[in-house]
Amino acid sequence: MSCQHKNNSWAGFQFFGEMSASISHEIKNALATINETAGLLEDLTLLLEKGKPLEPERFKILAGRIMKQVQRADTIVKNMNRFAHSTDEPVKDVELGETLELMLTLSERFASMRGVKLEPKSPLGPIAITTIPFFLNHLLWLCVDFAMNAAGQGKTVGLLTEETENGPQIRFTRLEGLVGVRTDEFPTQREKTLLDALKAELKVNTEAGELILVLSGNISP
Amino acid sequence: MPEKVLLVDDEEDFLETLAERMQVRGMEVSTTTSAREALIKTEQESYDAIVLDLMMPEMDGLEVLKAIKKKNPEMQIILLTGHATVEKGIEAMKLGAMDFIEKPVELETLTEKIKEAQAQKLILVEKQTADKIKKIIQSKAW
Repeated sequence: MSCQHKNNSWAGFQFFGEMSASISHEIKNALATINETAGLLEDLTLLLEKGKPLEPERFKILAGRIMKQVQRADTIVKNMNRFAHSTDEPVKDVELGETLELMLTLSERFASMRGVKLEPKSPLGPIAITTIPFFLNHLLWLCVDFAMNAAGQGKTVGLLTEETENGPQIRFTRLEGLVGVRTDEFPTQREKTLLDALKAELKVNTEAGELILVLSGNISP
Repeated sequence: MPEKVLLVDDEEDFLETLAERMQVRGMEVSTTTSAREALIKTEQESYDAIVLDLMMPEMDGLEVLKAIKKKNPEMQIILLTGHATVEKGIEAMKLGAMDFIEKPVELETLTEKIKEAQAQKLILVEKQTADKIKKIIQSKAW
């Protein structure tokens, strides 16, 4: 195995690991709340047995809290499942808006940690592309990660998915901190390898505070 | 004497429920979902134990731990996390955390840790007071 190939595989594993760790953290948070709520229900039942009067409404609220966390965990697991299935086939037809939406959902906790708001704008219609889904997810995450760091004082990243003459593209806008980023800092070799594989191109417009990812509609030869 | 505890976590439902369970057990509990507010609270009040989430928006839990320990070395901090790694645990202990517990946590375990924290803090405060008295006595020419 060549050194370059090893590095590419490692970067892919790193991405998968990073996402899995974040997802498991979210699931644990939901479980922790369910655990405490069940414990509180037990506490209240004991108090009730000892003769302390309690409103039935209290139990309803706590049951609702458990249901809310179960739904939350279910959504997280569904997204995790969609993400895991991105490795099923090397090349596949995907809808770009949906793919971006999934990656943004998986990036939410990272954004929240950095105090950054991700504001996507849905495309006018579905944009179907033939691509390598796992590589596309990986590249989208690297772009989102970079964009969050370049959000500057505004702490907001706008995302526009659109079909253009040059092909489908995603514009990362409102990157106020892009001015301070050196041109050799991004894209790095990690992004360049994915861009090559996806026949894609990254354009950085410092003045407009935008990063544009131009994708190929069909990467098949 | 009831244990005085500050709970810091950005998961509101978790915070509210855990606080109520601790209050049922006779503890005096304050809560906040903001790391910055936690720093303000620790400057204004003294707590027997601070139960702090490792991953918080605005500030990383370890940063909060460092900031609290710098100003109040006697404060006993228990880190709570859904994202435990051995490395993070070691780092937290090196920075002066009293313990590092993974979510979901057994309340009995947490309660024991809080009681330990209260005892530990009492020893530290008594030592600080004794040192202060010693200094005063030494500085006076009685």
